[in-house]
Amino acid sequence: MVAVQETVERVRRIDVDQYRYGFETLIESDKAPKGLSEDTVRFISAKKNEPAWMLEWRLEAYRRWLTMTEPTWARVDYPKIDYQDIYYYAAPKPKKTLSSIDEIDPEILKTYEKLGIPLREVAILEGVEPPPGGEQTPNRKIAVDAVFDSVSVATTFQKELKAAGVIFMPISEAIREHPELVQKYLGTVVPTSDNYFATLNSAVFSDGSFVYVPPGVRCPMELSTYFRINERNTGQFERTLIIADKGSYVSYLEGCTAPQRDENQLHAAVVELVTLDDAEIKYSTVQNWYPGNSEGKGGIYNFVTKRGDCRGRNSKISWTQVETGSAITWKYPSCILRGDNSSGEFYSIAISNGFQQVDSGTKMIHLGKNTSSRIISKGIAAGKSQNTYRGLVSAHRKATGARNYTACDSLLIGDKCGAHTVPYVEAKNSSATFEHEATTSKISEDVLFYCVQRGLSEQQATGLVVNGFAKDVLQKLPMEFAVEAQKLISISLEGSVG
Amino acid sequence: MALLEVRDLHVGIEGCEILRGLDLAVNAGEVHAIMGPNGSGKSTLSHVISGKPGYQVSAGQILFNGEDLLAMEASERATRGVFLAFQYPVEIPGATTMNFLRAALNAQRKARAQTEFSTPDFIKRVREVANSLNIPQGMLKRGLNVGFSGGEKKRNEILQMALLEPSLCILDEIDSGLDIDALRIVAGGINALRSSERAMIVISHYRRLLDYIVPDVIHVMSKGQIRKSGGKELALELEACGYAQFEDAA
Ligand SMILES: Nc1ncnc2c1ncn2[C@@H]1O[C@H](COP(=O)(O)OP(=O)(O)O)[C@@H](O)[C@H]1O
Ligand SMILES: [Mg+2]
Repeated sequence: MVAVQETVERVRRIDVDQYRYGFETLIESDKAPKGLSEDTVRFISAKKNEPAWMLEWRLEAYRRWLTMTEPTWARVDYPKIDYQDIYYYAAPKPKKTLSSIDEIDPEILKTYEKLGIPLREVAILEGVEPPPGGEQTPNRKIAVDAVFDSVSVATTFQKELKAAGVIFMPISEAIREHPELVQKYLGTVVPTSDNYFATLNSAVFSDGSFVYVPPGVRCPMELSTYFRINERNTGQFERTLIIADKGSYVSYLEGCTAPQRDENQLHAAVVELVTLDDAEIKYSTVQNWYPGNSEGKGGIYNFVTKRGDCRGRNSKISWTQVETGSAITWKYPSCILRGDNSSGEFYSIAISNGFQQVDSGTKMIHLGKNTSSRIISKGIAAGKSQNTYRGLVSAHRKATGARNYTACDSLLIGDKCGAHTVPYVEAKNSSATFEHEATTSKISEDVLFYCVQRGLSEQQATGLVVNGFAKDVLQKLPMEFAVEAQKLISISLEGSVG
Repeated sequence: MALLEVRDLHVGIEGCEILRGLDLAVNAGEVHAIMGPNGSGKSTLSHVISGKPGYQVSAGQILFNGEDLLAMEASERATRGVFLAFQYPVEIPGATTMNFLRAALNAQRKARAQTEFSTPDFIKRVREVANSLNIPQGMLKRGLNVGFSGGEKKRNEILQMALLEPSLCILDEIDSGLDIDALRIVAGGINALRSSERAMIVISHYRRLLDYIVPDVIHVMSKGQIRKSGGKELALELEACGYAQFEDAA
């Protein structure tokens, strides 16, 4: 009976939560007028009920942005973006409510099926809601179960996190509820003036996640946006800030392995990580935004700035990414190894197919003594795609004993794609030891035929070879993510052979 | 009806004719040996039967259980029971032998509308066969054929054959690169799979293999044709006089 009582309460709470969206949108219009101006920035800030300092911060970024020009050094090619032809804010409208699983686009369902995501999760992700009063229909049961599940996960999360003292909330809430923390850290890793897209993000970001782990706390669970229902529409200009205080640890999973069909073309997110003494952050991403159609039309432009600052001694930041989506990816999750003995890691699988263009890599900036970094990059290019690894490893004059190991492997599928490796190395002191290895290989006809002779389809064979190729990095992902990522890799290569 | 029937097969690669009117009929339950010098087209024949792309079939037919094999995709031929133990097995880094075997077996079973093996059943089965072939368990967890010795690669081919239970086994130079102990193990594995429902074609240019796998029929191949077929006595003739005498026999 206790369980039943809980269910009722939880379902009621969902209603409350959803109603709260209503409160947030008290201002007349739900959409900022098209284009970007100071008024747009003010509009967004007002929507978010932000304090004056936050608005000032945004405005400063906006004014700075006006003086900047879009970078052109990446090996990507796209038509000029008209920044006045974009909506910078749309209220986080709940997804179109569906009353049953049957209403979900069968194409999308198929993808879920391939990923092996249980139906009740599909119901959550696609926003299937129970019809009012339709208690006895089987579909309602799925929906209620689904909602119940996500809420139970979320509330269990909240309770446990609170007990541990971990703050995990939308950044818009953190700005209001923990202004001292946000003010202390926001923009200290990626300054508002950092680069064109980061500056744009600073002016117009709509939401994102905020995490603070207090000293000595090992966050009791992996934090994930997966079940964060209220984060559905924050994709375009997302802002994330994670702080691991002294001696703490947190693992954060970003993204969702469900198919993402976002109509926003331009995505410019910023992620800032800070680790203090002896702290560690493990940040994992699975990115599968819409890559565009088979003719190269549409698809997301993913211009992301992600950077971690190992501010404290013995601290560690580890980036793991599986990038399979987006028409264009421009992304270099980096580590500033400021604290002595700090270490940074970058493990990446970047897959491009069709007409996708990927220019991704990392920067390891060694500033402290005896700092170490490790880069394992696996680039997989298929179709007519272009896949570039661009990486910088640098050691400051004072960074004595800096060590880096870099291994960049590229795998080509077919002969119309390209893989490129652009490593930059700067050692300003003689005690730095930097190692770099790079390989490029192709899936040979012989390997494909061998697999096919054993009864596998070419698709399965390619998936097998690619997953084997990417194994070292897949193993760095949290377990539950690794399985889905593996399937995602196979799916994203569909149509790449034969 | 023969299980496999090759009729007047002409095959070229890059404009060069390799098989020049080859005929062969193999019944279920039989083991045939195809002997011939290097370059006579033995591997080409095994590739064309199993569906490797890149070959041009200009004339002739291949029937498998009476059906047109050349019209089928390579993976379909595999699921219907055609297995090729490769002369040069490939390496797939990161894909463990265990996972590869499982993927292959399940793909075949799925295509035949059979239920997939449960994980414990599958592991048990693999272990049994691996033991009988002297394959250490550790090898199953390594990337497929990665860092395997020549002999280990060949044993791995037989392991796959035993698990997939094909009706036609083509073994291309299964004895090459094997020392005598490894050859005994591999031949033992092959002989254990002989059955009345299964046909085998063992391809080699070393007569030595026939001491370990005793065939029902021996064919001598040269320059893209079967020059002579016969029983065990042909092996003795080969031993005595080599391949040269068969070159112009047809
Ligand atoms: N890809 C190729 N291109 C051109 N000729 C080839 C190719 N592959 C094989 N051949 C030729 O075909 C002939 C038969 O080769 P193969 O079937 O491998 O013979 P065997 O297995 O009997 O030694 C040889 O003369 C070889 O050089
Ligand atoms: Mg050969």
